[in-house]
Amino acid sequence: MYLSSLLLLPLIGSAVIAALPAGRTLLAKQIALGTSVLTALLGIVMALQFDRTLGTFQFVESHEWITSFGVKYGLGIDGTGLVLILMALILAPIVILASWNEGQGGRFSQKAFFALLLILETFMVGVFAATDVFLFYVFFEAMLIPVYFLIGSFGGPNRSYAAVKFLLYSLLGGLLMLAAVIGLYVLTKSQFGAPTFDVTELGALNIDQNLQRWLFLGFFIAFAIKAPMWPLHTWLPDAASAATPGTAILLIGVLDKVGTYGMIRYCLPLFPEASHYFAPTIVVLAVISIIYGAILAIGQKDLKRLIAFTSISHFGFIVLGIFAMTSTAGAGATLYMFNHGFSTAALFMVAGWMISRRNSSKISDFGGLQRVTPVMAWMFFIAGMSSLALPGLASFISEVLVLVGAYQTYPVAAIISTVAIVLAALYILIVVQRSLHGPIAPGNESLPDLTTRERVAIAPVIAIIIFLGFVPSVLLNVINPTVSHTLMQVNATDPTPTAGE
Amino acid sequence: MNFVAPVINYSQVLPILIVLGTALLGVIVEAFFARERRYQIQVPLSIAGLVAAFVWILKIRATTAITAESSVAIDGPALVLQGAIVILGIAGLLLIAERKLDSSGDAFVAQAAAIPGSEAERTATLAKLTQTEVFPLTLFAIAGMMLFPAANDLVTMFVALEVLSLPLYLMSGLARRRRLLSQEAALKYFLLGAFSSAFFLYGAAFLYGYSGSVGFRQIRQAIQTNAGNDVLLLIGIALVSVGLLFKVSAVPFHSWTPDVYQGAPTPVTAFMAACTKIAAFGAFARLFYVGLSGARWDWRPMLTVIAIATMVLGVLWALTQTDIKRMLAYSSVAHSGFILTGIVATNKAGLSGTLFYLVTYGFTTIGAFAIVTLVRNASGEATHISGYAGLGKRSPWIAMLLSLFLLGLAGIPLTSGFVAKFAVFSAAYESGSTILVIFGVLTSAIAAFFYIRLIVLMFFQDPDENGPTVAAVPLMTTAAIALCATVTLVLGILPNALLHVIDAASRFVF
Repeated sequence: MYLSSLLLLPLIGSAVIAALPAGRTLLAKQIALGTSVLTALLGIVMALQFDRTLGTFQFVESHEWITSFGVKYGLGIDGTGLVLILMALILAPIVILASWNEGQGGRFSQKAFFALLLILETFMVGVFAATDVFLFYVFFEAMLIPVYFLIGSFGGPNRSYAAVKFLLYSLLGGLLMLAAVIGLYVLTKSQFGAPTFDVTELGALNIDQNLQRWLFLGFFIAFAIKAPMWPLHTWLPDAASAATPGTAILLIGVLDKVGTYGMIRYCLPLFPEASHYFAPTIVVLAVISIIYGAILAIGQKDLKRLIAFTSISHFGFIVLGIFAMTSTAGAGATLYMFNHGFSTAALFMVAGWMISRRNSSKISDFGGLQRVTPVMAWMFFIAGMSSLALPGLASFISEVLVLVGAYQTYPVAAIISTVAIVLAALYILIVVQRSLHGPIAPGNESLPDLTTRERVAIAPVIAIIIFLGFVPSVLLNVINPTVSHTLMQVNATDPTPTAGE
Repeated sequence: MNFVAPVINYSQVLPILIVLGTALLGVIVEAFFARERRYQIQVPLSIAGLVAAFVWILKIRATTAITAESSVAIDGPALVLQGAIVILGIAGLLLIAERKLDSSGDAFVAQAAAIPGSEAERTATLAKLTQTEVFPLTLFAIAGMMLFPAANDLVTMFVALEVLSLPLYLMSGLARRRRLLSQEAALKYFLLGAFSSAFFLYGAAFLYGYSGSVGFRQIRQAIQTNAGNDVLLLIGIALVSVGLLFKVSAVPFHSWTPDVYQGAPTPVTAFMAACTKIAAFGAFARLFYVGLSGARWDWRPMLTVIAIATMVLGVLWALTQTDIKRMLAYSSVAHSGFILTGIVATNKAGLSGTLFYLVTYGFTTIGAFAIVTLVRNASGEATHISGYAGLGKRSPWIAMLLSLFLLGLAGIPLTSGFVAKFAVFSAAYESGSTILVIFGVLTSAIAAFFYIRLIVLMFFQDPDENGPTVAAVPLMTTAAIALCATVTLVLGILPNALLHVIDAASRFVF
């Protein structure tokens, strides 16, 4: 019942907040924070009971839901699911704390902002915990509604446009996926005699090659829009720069992971032949995303857009790791998802505080922050270093694992992708230099440094980034059995090294 | 010569008879009671009649029989649709009976026979007259709608078609405000409807010529034994289809829909958008699944093309609308396309999917139109979509409910529309019509755009200073909206019960 409780808790919190009388903003915030902390603690308790030796689903719950369609309310997590749920659960209270005042000036009350955040938390857990494709689809689509209102009601000047663009992109992808889900439904109905959406049973389907490729594309395009991959990424910079920093963290840090998670959970195991068939093409697209995102990040003048483009580059790495189909790259990709969540969160949090203090998101408006607000500047620096994968910080391990793993199957792609490491150094160091160092830009002389609340919010993020930089095995031990299980389902074996040392 | 009395199992047709009887009582009330008292009698009388009909439908829910000399089939699909029509009829009636919204009474004209702009009209309006003839008219229409999906031969089907259509023609012309638009709508509806009825009748004659009978069972047998001249059959199918496709507003027979939906009083629009579609698709399914099922390889390609055209053109036209009633009208055209994908599937899943879709669509549609009756300015309902700007700020609950209905129409998960779409699309895919699924999915994405555009307008734009407002929502409208919203949500989250009922009911008797 762990997973159902994780789904239910935030929902209850959200209902309580919605029922509060108008004006009780502080109480609403406290309830939101309390609920999310409680949920996170429950998640950690669950994680401690997770059996790390298994690659299959644990904490399984299954109840009939729509029997006519064979739909079950099926929940369960493997290593990948656990890692992503933990990420979502830990980020939620941090985001709430970091965006304590963000709901101000929105179209609706701050109460609504926090109620929506908690609803979103429920859907985030649901989408990673669903073991029924139909249930996954329901969460996948339902998630759009709170995000849409979070962007559209509380974001910056361009929020309405960005929210609609985000929603339409996602709906288009979702509906293509729906077509593929319908395809699966009809297949199970004819092959098993009764329809089912249970992922553990769907692997046994015998899908004709041609159909398999179409169904794969239906799922993959939806996930590629979510992830987002070049050339389906254009909604992300708009959405990220229009959203409040808190929303942006959840959007890029957690929601976009649904795309890459979906590739691991559904594309690979359900359509092994098609995965192999499309892998080279997808690897090329991933490499383009990596390089393209990095180059565009260098050219950005807006702080939030810059972070959005770095994420496109990072998602390229994750997709490369997934479709390289080696155990090293696969583990690296999953670890990368977790790490990217936290380094992006750190970047967006500090960027958000910088922007709200300066009332501008232009990089050129900052300068010399190192002297005015040393703590904030250091935090930004560490977050940036994690983003460029400095050894000793979390992202380094995952990036190296992806590159080493990808080299085994796609050496050229791996070599080209290493260029992005240099580009990453450029885009991060340029923004660090322009905003933190140099003469104090006019208007920045009296910016206040981080408050206690902000320090409390960012401390765990930085701690996780540093901790995982040194002890990645905590997570890798959980991830590895799952990755081997997935690779087995997709019939991929690690290439044996050609020559020993 | 012996006269043999027709054998009728009155219990099985009692729901229809109750509604017809109530309608006749309503006429008597009109004739014998003073004007002031009529409203107090008509409203409870009509609702009591519909409730009694529904109770009886529940009582005979397991019936599978052909009665009234084979002219009426009472089986699962007929009873499900009759039940839905009666419940939606109650919701529609609540909206029709609402008198607290318009300062001058209700949504209906003071004196229907008066020429717009004439002295007689002015006098009637100044006297703040209110009429109640709309209640028996509605009940006559409902009785026709209940008979339509149960009709088991072409003549009964035609009679039902006329019984449901004639009151609707009249009711479309009864709008209190914007009289000319309303009368134009009524005239268009009547003329085009008369044409389509003629087509239907002509087609029925051809089918009779082919099979020697108007009964569906005989037509079915004639097709199976290949008894007649195929040319007659094909012309008959084509012409009968025209009549029915007109009623469900499928492209290219949809052109009346936006004008009538816009011109008719909104409560009437709500009622007819939901109930006519249910009745007409029910009749459509019975004719094609029972009578013409043997010729499915002849009509499936035609219906496939029409379904695609209806989906594509419906959503494209809906995109360009600036009046919410016209937008919902084109959206109803697009939904006809979605429902047709279920019909084209010609399997059991297709039939049950179609039935489920019809029920869910009815509730979301009435709900959406009910909200339209609430958003008003000094001259009545403000139907231009710019009037909805900032509604989320002024009346958050109303805006949220309209969003729920729009999301339901768009088919977003956790609303009934999603389950319905899944049902019809999966049935179509199962039958091999992949092309319909692909068009269905793509047009759903486009359709989402115009539904969401309205949500954007309501929540993300500032209200106009002099824009329309929502006054306190009166009781009867609240009841109708609450019913529709509950059904939309419950069937989205827990559709199991209804799906089972419909699954078990999805078998035509013949």
